[in-house]
Amino acid sequence: MAGIAAYGAYVPLTRLPLALASGRPAKEGGPERAVADYDEDAVTMAVSACVDCLSGVAREDVDALYFGSTSYPLREKQGAALIAKALDLRRDVATQDHGSSLRSGTAALESALHAVKAGAHRTVLVVASDCRMGAPRGALESRLGDAAVALLVSADPIARFEASAQVNDEIQDLWRIEGERFTHSWEDRFVVQEGYTPNLCAAVSALFEKTGRGSEALSRAALYAPDARSLGGVVRKLGLKPEQVQDGLFSQLGNSGASYALLLLAHALETAAPGDRLLVASYGDGAHALSFEVTEALTALPARRGVSWHLARRRALASYDTYLKARGLDTKEWETSADLGLSATIRFRERDADIALLGARCTSCQQVHFPKQRVCYRCHAKDGWEPVRLSDQRGKLLAYTFDYFFPAAEPPTIMVMTEVAGCRLQVQLANARPDDVSLDLPVEYVFRVIHRAGGKPNYFWKASPVS
Amino acid sequence: MSESIRDKVSVVGVGACQFGENWDRSREDMIVDAAYEAYADAGIDDPQNRIEAVFAGAVYPREGSAEIAEALKLFGKPVSLVSDYCQTGTDAFRFGVFAVACGMYDTVLVVGFDKPKDRGVSGPSVAFDRVRGLPATPAGWFSLCAARYFDTFGAGREDLAKIAVKNHHNGTLAPKSMLKKEITVEDVLKARIISWPFGLFDCAAQSDGAAACVLTRADLGKSFRDDPVLVKAVSIAVAEHPQRDPDFDFLAWKPTLYAAKDAYAQAGITEPFRELDVVQLHDCFTLTEMLSYEDLGLCKKGEAKDHVASGTFELTGELPVNTDGGLKTFGHPTGATGVRMIYENTLQLRGQAGPRQVEGANLALSHNIGGPPTTCGIAILGNP
Repeated sequence: MAGIAAYGAYVPLTRLPLALASGRPAKEGGPERAVADYDEDAVTMAVSACVDCLSGVAREDVDALYFGSTSYPLREKQGAALIAKALDLRRDVATQDHGSSLRSGTAALESALHAVKAGAHRTVLVVASDCRMGAPRGALESRLGDAAVALLVSADPIARFEASAQVNDEIQDLWRIEGERFTHSWEDRFVVQEGYTPNLCAAVSALFEKTGRGSEALSRAALYAPDARSLGGVVRKLGLKPEQVQDGLFSQLGNSGASYALLLLAHALETAAPGDRLLVASYGDGAHALSFEVTEALTALPARRGVSWHLARRRALASYDTYLKARGLDTKEWETSADLGLSATIRFRERDADIALLGARCTSCQQVHFPKQRVCYRCHAKDGWEPVRLSDQRGKLLAYTFDYFFPAAEPPTIMVMTEVAGCRLQVQLANARPDDVSLDLPVEYVFRVIHRAGGKPNYFWKASPVS
Repeated sequence: MSESIRDKVSVVGVGACQFGENWDRSREDMIVDAAYEAYADAGIDDPQNRIEAVFAGAVYPREGSAEIAEALKLFGKPVSLVSDYCQTGTDAFRFGVFAVACGMYDTVLVVGFDKPKDRGVSGPSVAFDRVRGLPATPAGWFSLCAARYFDTFGAGREDLAKIAVKNHHNGTLAPKSMLKKEITVEDVLKARIISWPFGLFDCAAQSDGAAACVLTRADLGKSFRDDPVLVKAVSIAVAEHPQRDPDFDFLAWKPTLYAAKDAYAQAGITEPFRELDVVQLHDCFTLTEMLSYEDLGLCKKGEAKDHVASGTFELTGELPVNTDGGLKTFGHPTGATGVRMIYENTLQLRGQAGPRQVEGANLALSHNIGGPPTTCGIAILGNP
């Protein structure tokens, strides 16, 4: 047996009210989409979703990590290995990237399910994350949202894998070529009539045929859809009732690409009950459907944030200009950071501190330090240390400043001194504006892009208020 | 051990170039202006014969010691170069004092200089060569104590503003200062924020500049001029990194606490507020001056704001601080600042400070604190 043993999600705090793009004031409750902040990308969102998924799970039990995305920033260099390091997973964890396709999330999930079923791995962490961009003020921009979802696959599931079916299709409906920043789309009606609708229906129908159960047997269907209207068409064709269809979150989140269908599945799991039958279907040059049966184990799953918590936590951007700056789409004289790069040698040496956020505990006096020292501040013992993972611990804010000098999409940059595990950790504060800051504020730590010097994302951790 | 330097070395010449945005002056120009003024002040007209060694300080040096030797045409003798954040100038002075005190040389030159305004940016550079500790700006580092200090002692931006107003006033009285402009508390409070709680007027003026002094053996002082000033103490201390120190309390800067304890022991000072007549302290930011009043033991911890309110440290107060406008308005060419303070304190002790003269000044302290901050340098000069 194989199936989903745990789920986690991540939706950025920041939302772009759609009215802003057309120059109108934002209205409370109006349509919006989730947009990654200036210091977030597909990797940082994936890390956050994984952290949520691993709530109450022993990290040393994870045997493999599969990462699906169409917007992972590097063309050559694995994302899964970086995510595994940020999560402080074992060195012998098998890592794979699934890219290029909107179906890469469900593809990674299916690979994980088969690996567990075949006994190749006991526990596989699957994460899908996308941060795609439509051209400014274009139709796609108003539909795409940024989000990540993580699913833990094992033989002891909360949702048992039943069956899957896929179809492939060659159609140039949505694409992005090498070097382009924006996803491009052919005419909407062509995409829906010749691409999305027939393919999704074909995959789902094939799955019904395989399982011998039709739409009436489904409790909930989590279906990829370019927009609400197209989803309605597919729902009618498949004979699904509205209450069987998971909300597509079109006016809250937007279409989050490779993570979208799986995120809707995670959302469905939040309210599912043992015995429920769930279906998930993704789309992209064909379609891919998988079905699951919820087990009794769901009731014992430790609490997590999931999709709902993230949807409720939001901050609307004040201006469209802020969105453009956060995406690097504003016009500037030159990239101030373009000719300054980090040393890859130093980055390699400091990956335990910078990527995994490992502090060190002195084995003589127990004082924790970040970063690791050779000689202990407290007892002056030399070279007696054990690693302490700080990223999954909560801290407290001891001091702060608002820096208007450091280049930022939305100044000021909030710099804070925090205390975690008895050690001092100076970091920036994410997900906060000056009004949110106070002494002794409880914080957690989130993986973020600190800057893009050298034209690449350079990652470290930030603090974030615990809400 | 700690009293061994006292009264062994004399300051017999001081000089400084005009501080400011010296667009039309080179590094060579500034070094020569400062050194030759110090030579003239010491009555030296043959520096190549009289100066036996040079101790220089610069945070942005070029060409190492050769830059100083080439500018001053001092060849065939040792030139040392110190570079350690804002206490660079005081450390160069310290090496000069020790070199004379140990008997190795009779007469040496100390020169501090920096020229940040050739870089094409206002304020410090923004670093991207790492991911940790960013933004790494001095304003961010020195504001670290603000929230906790304000919360604990009930101080605020208005108290800091009065310090900026004081130093702007003093700067108008110093001929070589960069800024000569009176400001109001309101000007300070409404200025754009650089790094909270520091607005533009809470920050020192980054400038170009150089300062120099001539040191000699105490017993030779009178052969240069009638009023040599004696070195009473010079101390450097390095403290725990405030961003890592697990015991850091955000209420006091440890480098100053350490260096002050040592410097007072060297000079035999037990009641600094009563014994000192004039103080130049490191006002890179207004809060740094406020904390330094306390960290130098000039008042009790938490009481600085009361002294700011009552004017204790103004030119007309009981213990004038930053009589020449300080880093705030005299300017802060990093490597020069410590030596510029020696220049001002020497003028004060000789009674040559003009409209900013502190009557009867006999004991004067100068103080630098630098890094995130981690290091402090203190020098105490006195009349015989």
